[in-house]
Amino acid sequence: MWGRRRRGAVPGGGRSAEELRARRREREAALRKARRQEQLVSKRLLREDTAEEGGQDGAESVPGPLSEDEVLQLLRGVQRGSEDRKSSLGRLRRALQNKETQQKFVRLDGSIRTLIGLFTSSLADMQMEAARCLHELSHSSDPAVAEACLPVTSYLLTYLSGHSVEFTELCLYTLGNLVVESEAVRKQLLPQGIIPVLASCIQSPHEAVLEGLGYVLSQLLQAKEAPTEIVPLVLDSVLPQHMLRLVCSGLKAGTGAAVEFAWCLHYIVCSHTANAVLLSLGALPALTSLLLDMASEIPQDAPEGLELLVCPVLRCLSNLLAEETGCEGQIQDERLLIALFLILQSFFQQHPFIVQECLWLLNNLTADEPFFCSALLSLDLLPALLQLLPCSQMAGVLVLTVLCNVAEKGPAYCQQLHHQPALPLLLPALALPDPEVVGQCLELLHLLFLHCPEAAADFVRQGGHRALEQHQSTPELQERVRALLDMVGQPLGASTFSSCHAALSAFS
Amino acid sequence: MLTLPAGLHSRLRERPPAPPRPAPPLPPPAPAPSSSPSPFAFAPRRLRLGLHHPLLEDGDIHRHLYLQGVLTSLAEVAERPKVSEFSCHISGCCQVFDTLEGYEHHYNTLHRNVCSFCKRSFPSGHLLDIHILEWHDSLFQIMAEKQNMYKCLVEGCAEKFKSSKDRKDHLVTVHLYPADFRFDRPKKVQSGPKHVSSPVKQGVGVPMDVSMETSEPFPVDPMEIGPSENMEIPHPAASPGLGVPEKRHYKSRIPSTICFGQGATRGFKGPRKKV
Repeated sequence: MWGRRRRGAVPGGGRSAEELRARRREREAALRKARRQEQLVSKRLLREDTAEEGGQDGAESVPGPLSEDEVLQLLRGVQRGSEDRKSSLGRLRRALQNKETQQKFVRLDGSIRTLIGLFTSSLADMQMEAARCLHELSHSSDPAVAEACLPVTSYLLTYLSGHSVEFTELCLYTLGNLVVESEAVRKQLLPQGIIPVLASCIQSPHEAVLEGLGYVLSQLLQAKEAPTEIVPLVLDSVLPQHMLRLVCSGLKAGTGAAVEFAWCLHYIVCSHTANAVLLSLGALPALTSLLLDMASEIPQDAPEGLELLVCPVLRCLSNLLAEETGCEGQIQDERLLIALFLILQSFFQQHPFIVQECLWLLNNLTADEPFFCSALLSLDLLPALLQLLPCSQMAGVLVLTVLCNVAEKGPAYCQQLHHQPALPLLLPALALPDPEVVGQCLELLHLLFLHCPEAAADFVRQGGHRALEQHQSTPELQERVRALLDMVGQPLGASTFSSCHAALSAFS
Repeated sequence: MLTLPAGLHSRLRERPPAPPRPAPPLPPPAPAPSSSPSPFAFAPRRLRLGLHHPLLEDGDIHRHLYLQGVLTSLAEVAERPKVSEFSCHISGCCQVFDTLEGYEHHYNTLHRNVCSFCKRSFPSGHLLDIHILEWHDSLFQIMAEKQNMYKCLVEGCAEKFKSSKDRKDHLVTVHLYPADFRFDRPKKVQSGPKHVSSPVKQGVGVPMDVSMETSEPFPVDPMEIGPSENMEIPHPAASPGLGVPEKRHYKSRIPSTICFGQGATRGFKGPRKKV
């Protein structure tokens, strides 16, 4: 995807496509559940593909568990200063791919200490193998295993200022895995100086190092205590400006790193404590420009996985725009709308989640700015917008909200809306099952009829009455339905209106 | 399939952006509402969403599937460049390699941050600099009697201490470092035959004449990796003849411009699979 990394086959032996899909569905269900409990955590595994391990392309078999005795033998093998120490260590690394073996290993007396000794020795290849062992342990979902690695953190940080790309990368991913383990780990890492070390590391020219670094940071920034404990430290360092730079140059090189840092920025922006800093660094124009660049790459040269970069960039823009303070420097560039719709067009079938992310930004652009409302109309993007209505319940509500943003701007806008024509697409929306979607549709009709009496008349002519009447008994809708029926019940041009529409006198 | 008007792509590439079209005027503000309130509550507002908002759920799931290596998009794995066996070119070092990464790591571990006074190697230039200052600079010792000269090892911490013990206490209590942190071993005063009691990498110590590494018996502490198995440590025969105070300005570090591989990026992108 980003040139050198291979994603895909989950380790576990050769599997059919159907098995892979089933596995993915399982994972997805587990992730959803975790997110709803606000405990969404994932770790990343870097694993070598050596000749003796890989089977056919993409297939890998995880070794079975060893007995206590076998694990002990392996440990003794690496403790002895003998010729075959290196091969013992290699066998240990392979064995540690198995969860049970991991658990047995960390329970053995002196095992971690031995690993750390090898990890901090000057025997380069032993050091690397020991690092791989520690990495396997760090990836464990068993807290006992991962926490056994805690004594190694000061050394991981020390080695981050080294020059071996492969070794540094390994240390970074190990660190990133440990970071999400618990607050206790982070309480150790912060005083050990992880932030200043990362701030130095971000000046490395190596893409692999930067991607690993982004991973560590993204894990740190997702922590519960991040807004109070971690974000301030990050903001105080040179990290933000480098992150922004690396995100914005991510289309040309280092897309993997750009993805990680974009998610970092998203977590920072969500903490709502950082936005003044980010805005002062020019985040808004920089990210806008990046979005335009990404949109022009698709569909022809788009690297696969671009949606992983598009998504956090969209989110940052939306949330930064929603900042109360100091957002007057908003970009008034209609190309932003073009970019949004090109992105929607490219991604909405394969990655439907992009729809709600784009529509959120569209809402934030059109809410207060007549500029974007009129651009939406003049660029003739309404038909495409309306095509998104049936995508999902969330998409439906957002589409209608955007249309309300437009209609609220006044008669000229309503007339253009009406002449699209909008009504033929809104009428079916009234038949949708979701009350929230229908409710938003009613709000839109209210604005339309308010500013454009012609629309009210056409609505009746097209059978709108019946469409409204079906909701007369729905609790959350009935008041508005009756009010609308009243509105359209009036003959055109009449000067007497019911008292709840006093605002109509504004243009009569 | 989403249908868009034609020509959007080329409009996107137009630079600079066209001046904003004047937007149609907004209606005058509505007069105050009458006695009965309208059931219509809509007001446009920018939405600010927190981390756990439901709208963001699907995107987050996608992101995490990516982290877990479950997304099915694939790319080619670059072959590791195959090279025939070669040996380290540092004189006295006889290690042999068959990958460039292996060599890079060996070089960085053993030869890069090496003190030319005592041949100890360090994991970083930062630690090497501290070592040279504290071990091989006699001016340091003089100054240390009058002011706090022992720097904290943690990057970003500006504290200084009057002794290496004080520094160690600080590392342990404030920075939560392990008490036996390998790169801050307490110095031992040497007498008689030159003898180092710990393996190659050392922390601080008394500046002294250059000591040569000697063979160690296999140490008891499981964490110690004795140099007896270490075939990689160079033992240059020629005496550097250092340890003289003026020599503290000797450039004992390998220049940082040493670079591996071809092409614009330094170092290697390992073709490792993220699983």
